Amino acid sequence: MNGITEGQERPVPKVDWPRADYSRVPFWLYHDPAIYEAEQERIFKGPAWSYVGLEAEIPNPGDFRTTMIGATPVIFNRAMDGSVHCVVNRCGHRGAQVRREPRGNAKEHICIYHRWCFAPDGTLTGLPFRRGVKGKGGMGPDFDMADHGLRKLRVASRNGVVFATFSDAAETLEEYLGPVFLQHIDRIFAKPVRVLGYQRQRIFGNWKLYPENQRDTYHGSLLHEFQSTFGISRATQQGGVTMDARHRHNLTWARSATDDEAEFQALYKADNVHDSSLRLEDPGMLRFHDEWGDGISIAICGLFPTTTIHQISNSLAMRQIRTFGPGEFEILWTLFGYADDTEAMTQHRLDQSNMVGPAGLISMEDGEAIEITHRAIQGEPAACAVIEMGGAGPIHDLNHRVTDMPVRGFWSYYAELMGFEPPGAVR
Amino acid sequence: MSDLVGRVTNLLAEYAASIDENRLEDWVELFAEAGSYRVVPRENHDQGLPVPLILCRNKKMIRDRIKALRNANEYNLHHDLHIIGAPRVVVISPTECSVRASYVVYQTTLEGQSRLFSVGRYEDRVQVTDDRLRFLEKLVVVDSFSVPTLLATPL
Ligand SMILES: [Fe+2]
Repeated sequence: MNGITEGQERPVPKVDWPRADYSRVPFWLYHDPAIYEAEQERIFKGPAWSYVGLEAEIPNPGDFRTTMIGATPVIFNRAMDGSVHCVVNRCGHRGAQVRREPRGNAKEHICIYHRWCFAPDGTLTGLPFRRGVKGKGGMGPDFDMADHGLRKLRVASRNGVVFATFSDAAETLEEYLGPVFLQHIDRIFAKPVRVLGYQRQRIFGNWKLYPENQRDTYHGSLLHEFQSTFGISRATQQGGVTMDARHRHNLTWARSATDDEAEFQALYKADNVHDSSLRLEDPGMLRFHDEWGDGISIAICGLFPTTTIHQISNSLAMRQIRTFGPGEFEILWTLFGYADDTEAMTQHRLDQSNMVGPAGLISMEDGEAIEITHRAIQGEPAACAVIEMGGAGPIHDLNHRVTDMPVRGFWSYYAELMGFEPPGAVR
Repeated sequence: MSDLVGRVTNLLAEYAASIDENRLEDWVELFAEAGSYRVVPRENHDQGLPVPLILCRNKKMIRDRIKALRNANEYNLHHDLHIIGAPRVVVISPTECSVRASYVVYQTTLEGQSRLFSVGRYEDRVQVTDDRLRFLEKLVVVDSFSVPTLLATPL
């Protein structure tokens, strides 16, 4: 038994789903503190796998990074024998945060409070005054060091992308991801990567609005006008949404230069969307190099619950969500290229980093869209979000992007893990 | 030298005012034709990692940023307020000096609610001619790199 018992779970509020296909989602689910608490236990510490980092970020023995899974602080690190571990960053003694630095290299993690000392795999290796001082004090005779380590998570890596889960009952990572998403990770991580840096964004809204945003593929060309205005991604291009068998993950993809300029202009003009006649003076960042040879220029891969792998033209990044209560979360973007990139290719990726992140020309709007939603849905227990673009009913893949169907997929697995699926729930 | 410090202080004051008064087209003209504008998270800067928040390697890209902001981007409706600390000016040549200054930016909603939005420092190279000063290079190192909400208007 671990010395610090995990919190006794309070009862999860009941949800009265208006429809079994999740085409209506009650607004209170985004604000309720009891729901948020239950999510930490059932989603983030439940049978889901969460991305914690790239092996390329901890190449050497002793390298560590601190991060979070939901609201739980964790250390992601490499032991002296080269193995990768993820442990809860909370002292097995009084619960203090053990590792305070965001990154570094160390053989052990020592809590500053009472100097308890832990190995990279979480094992408690020593504590001062265990046998007392001059025969006085010390831990009781039945104190067993083996019971008081840092909580160890299950860890699995796919081509250097490291995931962790709190659950012993969770499927293997391979089963959890399924063939489509394993293949996608293998596509993006076919070669060793080099981390180019980080971007962070603090959004004052509920965390679920972000995986929803990633799965609502039709907002892209409407909200992010830069994309359609300057021709990066348009709903008229060849593309679609592909999910796993359980519909919890989603890959939104599009091919470059597969639509007709006149058709695009006519559609956006007819629907009174916006002016698309603008041109950049320096269009270099719009250029797409087909590095993968499959023509896919947009691939937004959203893995349940909160991991995103993005390829936007030649910009590559992992995105990870940390939660800070029902009304606040942070997105950590880890931008990378390949270890064998030329200097020109690195420059191109950096130019394209203008398009992503908190100041991204095609992503800044998401921060605002999420905050205005979160603000306006407060205090509306009876009202619901409407999710039926691309059709209600069964959830399935589509060969177009004029849809938000994968959002319903997210909710269906979410409701299953939370234990409040409606009768006859669509899965 | 004291005359140069005065001129740099004026340049920074005009820099702040052009953003805070939403005269972003005037802001663009504070850059030299060879000018660049980079906003970099401090965590990247300190580790020697190149990823920026905003990267305008030339004046065309600076103009494009503002063009996109005016025509394509949606962002939180707000007023900016810049407070720029006293500049440290070092003369590099008769036509160039380096400038370092700390900054604070508050954002205020249209409902009158203010929040601290960003703190950090400027590391600039400034072109000095008889008639005016302009930025050859403006590097904004952002201490508040966990950007609240989003970053649209320049820092
Ligand atoms: Fe978006």
